Amino acid sequence: MKFLGVVIVCLTGGLLLYGTADFPDWGDPSSPASTHLSDYYIEKTIEDTQVPNIVTSVLADYRGFDTMFETAVIFTAGLACFLLLRDFRGKKERFYRHKPTGVILHIKDGKKTLAVGKEFEHMDKDWVPSDLIIKTVCRILIPFIQIYAMYVVAHGDFSPGGGFQGGVIFGSSLILLAISYDLKTLVKRIKEKVLGIFAALGVLIYVGIAAICMPMGGNFLDYSKLAPLVPGDPHHVRALGMLGVEIGVGFAVMAVMAIIYINIVSEGRHDEGL
Amino acid sequence: MTDLLPLIVAKYNYWLYVILMMIGLYAMIAKNNLIKKVVGMNIFQTAIILFYVSIGYKKDATIPIIQNAHGGHDAHAAVIHAIDYINPLPHVLMLTAIVVSVATFGVAMALAVRIYQRYQTLEEDELRMRLSE
Amino acid sequence: MYWPIDLIVLTFVILCAIAAISVKDLLGTAILFGAYSFMMCLLWAVMGAVDVAFTEASVGAGVSTVFFVAAIFRTSRRTKD
Repeated sequence: MKFLGVVIVCLTGGLLLYGTADFPDWGDPSSPASTHLSDYYIEKTIEDTQVPNIVTSVLADYRGFDTMFETAVIFTAGLACFLLLRDFRGKKERFYRHKPTGVILHIKDGKKTLAVGKEFEHMDKDWVPSDLIIKTVCRILIPFIQIYAMYVVAHGDFSPGGGFQGGVIFGSSLILLAISYDLKTLVKRIKEKVLGIFAALGVLIYVGIAAICMPMGGNFLDYSKLAPLVPGDPHHVRALGMLGVEIGVGFAVMAVMAIIYINIVSEGRHDEGL
Repeated sequence: MTDLLPLIVAKYNYWLYVILMMIGLYAMIAKNNLIKKVVGMNIFQTAIILFYVSIGYKKDATIPIIQNAHGGHDAHAAVIHAIDYINPLPHVLMLTAIVVSVATFGVAMALAVRIYQRYQTLEEDELRMRLSE
Repeated sequence: MYWPIDLIVLTFVILCAIAAISVKDLLGTAILFGAYSFMMCLLWAVMGAVDVAFTEASVGAGVSTVFFVAAIFRTSRRTKD
């Protein structure tokens, strides 16, 4: 198999290297990729949409159809992880640890429960002492990470950023909570049903804003027809439509990152993790 | 030989991108471990994204965010030349590609965990033996 | 843009990619893969693609490495090749 791999790689690499002889020089302003359509986008974006970040305006307004299906792809990935791994049967054995002495109770039968007092704590199979420094630092940092994520989503029009990046940062703040404390802390705080509803809500917000344009007299995803519904300057209505759409993308991505992490690290049982 | 040096200077980056793509392709075909195959797929994807993003680069041009646009109404008066800004279209297409690559990576890791639960191994030749039993 | 930075970072990227698929310990592969993603992000920032670099920094060097380590935690860590 390795010899076959080397042969295929050399053949494909040789063909591709032979094809690079026709490529335009690097950095050439008159190369075919930089001439026909991108000039229109660069010159007309302020006049049409009032949004300085050209990448966001092309992503959310001129090519909004692609971004809608990208959000659907993210939602499908979260759904696929949930369907592959989720195990509703629950664990069969439980461990309790007596805090003053360190004695461990191991209950093998899953159906019987034991009413334990306050000195016993429920523990995972591999018990790791929880570190005070990590817990305190993460507890202080997590709200600031979330505020930064919301800033990135809201400022996607003026600086590099947008819905997807802000959603990933918010999702990674939830993963930080699961790693520094315990997976059970995250699952108790944000239940699985809420995460699923957020993921679907994100896609619904995107498609909803796009579909509302149709009864108002325009095409699908034509934000300029939303002007009667939105208070404020009618020139800015396309920027406001873009902001609503980016918020939808942010919701979907945040929920899906958390869903994928929780399902992978606990093998679907949602009880213990890293 | 004298015209080889300008050729190398003009095209060296394309050759390096092709080498990176071939490293990813080799890992996908020849490695035995399933997770190494997924890593090879991801290397191939990011190498292709690098190639597309490098197409949009223009010499002496700045990042694709319009300058001095926050002024309000006098922003309409300034003329914007397309030659001053990097081509934003490959960046937009590649943002979608990065999103799809991370979604595929998540599902691939979930599949790997499931395969390990069922067959207790992640090597391809051992999996083939256990499947044919 | 400054071509020595481009050449040096591209060399690092290729070395990281070759190392990531040759190491026998999967945790080493995870860390090298995170370093590869971060070097790619630097390359795109130098080329002027700031949105793409931001996305790759948050996705590749952040969330993707966490998924990888979580998957290794639940499967085996050593590999034979």
